[in-house]
Amino acid sequence: MAYPMDRKYTKEHEWIQVNGSTATVGITDYAQQSLGDIVFVETPKVGAELTSGKTFGTVESVKAVSDLYAPASGTVTEVNGDLATSPEKVNKDPHGSWMLKLTLKNPGELDGLLSPADYEKFVNEEAGH
Amino acid sequence: MGAKMVEFNGWDMPVEYPASIGCGIINEHMAVRTGVGIFDVSHMGDIRLAGPQALAAVQHISMNDAAKLSVGQAQYSALLYSNGTFVDDVIVHRLGEDEYLLVINAGTREKDFSWVRDNTRQFDCAVENLSDDFTQIAIQGPKAVNLLQKLTDADLSAVKFYWVTRGKLCGLADILMGRTGYTAEDGFEIYVPADEATSARIWNEILAAGKDFDVVPCGLGARNTLRLEGKLPLYGHEISDTINVWEAGLDRFCKMEKADFVGRGALEIAKASGLQRTLVGLEMTERGIARDGYKVLDLNDREIGYVTSGSPAPFLKKNIALAYVPPEFAAVGTAVKVEIRGQGAGAVVVPTPFYKRPKKTT
Repeated sequence: MAYPMDRKYTKEHEWIQVNGSTATVGITDYAQQSLGDIVFVETPKVGAELTSGKTFGTVESVKAVSDLYAPASGTVTEVNGDLATSPEKVNKDPHGSWMLKLTLKNPGELDGLLSPADYEKFVNEEAGH
Repeated sequence: MGAKMVEFNGWDMPVEYPASIGCGIINEHMAVRTGVGIFDVSHMGDIRLAGPQALAAVQHISMNDAAKLSVGQAQYSALLYSNGTFVDDVIVHRLGEDEYLLVINAGTREKDFSWVRDNTRQFDCAVENLSDDFTQIAIQGPKAVNLLQKLTDADLSAVKFYWVTRGKLCGLADILMGRTGYTAEDGFEIYVPADEATSARIWNEILAAGKDFDVVPCGLGARNTLRLEGKLPLYGHEISDTINVWEAGLDRFCKMEKADFVGRGALEIAKASGLQRTLVGLEMTERGIARDGYKVLDLNDREIGYVTSGSPAPFLKKNIALAYVPPEFAAVGTAVKVEIRGQGAGAVVVPTPFYKRPKKTT
């Protein structure tokens, strides 16, 4: 699948979409496929401080718990309440279902993340294609 | 078929089949509860005991009463160590006058076979490990009978639950088919020759015949959620070599009144001294999923036990678990907590099994 051009990606399969100094975060199609049916998403509260590369929550499938890693540092401004009642939305529309929004502390961090093309290449290598 | 595979006790097994063909754990689970699903369970083991003293041998190693079995009948039981803990759980099938088939778990094949052979030497009975001779396929769900009937000349409607029959299946003669399973649904487990060509052909013929019933291939993931809803034990979790029959709540399959069997003495002593812990069913009352190994706490956050198996339950749409707790916490309605990533989440003791299949009206 083509990964949306309007965002950047991490090797832990998160995406981050920037709009000025605010960013929106979610997980990729590759992540949701690997996880299988998602039944639970645990996100931090509004106001929480995220540190780039550190875990900020978990996503659970029927069989397993997976950590979510912050693509960038900042303060959480909004959390998607939909995911508490309908976590399966992440499977159905991983690039449209956002998990949280944050105010970026250091927008320069994004330079180290993967472009859509580089992420797709990374995923194809991981999948052994 | 594009399944996600995992290594399970030395076997390469499918966890779930792809969403792209309508599978995934939740769909597979629901198919078994409402239609029909098929499982390749060839990893299970098969031990045959045959000879003039086969019954005596089985009675010596199995805690249930095999003398109650008519030819063609099966029963759930367990093999115990002399201290009353579990070697394995097993389904004992009486295939003939003096012929019994024990179907055992995959992870314990070699251990079980050695143990059975060592504990039956004194009986005039041949003990054979047939595990590699058979491919076992489970066809489970309310429509399982309809599916299998298309492929065999045996009259399946005449086979009661926990009985077996033999018949022609997909052109193969004399195939053993048992009305047994590990899903808490109606269904059959069939035993076909294990060569790859035959096994693949049978699997594919079942899939093809099952199209009329929307058959779904199912993996280990759904196998686990299905058996958990039905409170069916899994070796290494609810039963093991450190847990005894009374703690596991399997009293009704243990016939203390029959002649001596391995483990009986220790069980008598254990019964007299009373339970230290007991297996209960839990339902989460707060957000969170209890999983295998998580600690169970009382309302003062004191550790009182642990989860043996926990998962979301796709059919019941709740998060459930089985856990060992002291008897004083075992009453239905008791509030406890499960520790999830350092925090206690509320749960309550509920009756088990969590799910019981509806009685057929036809």
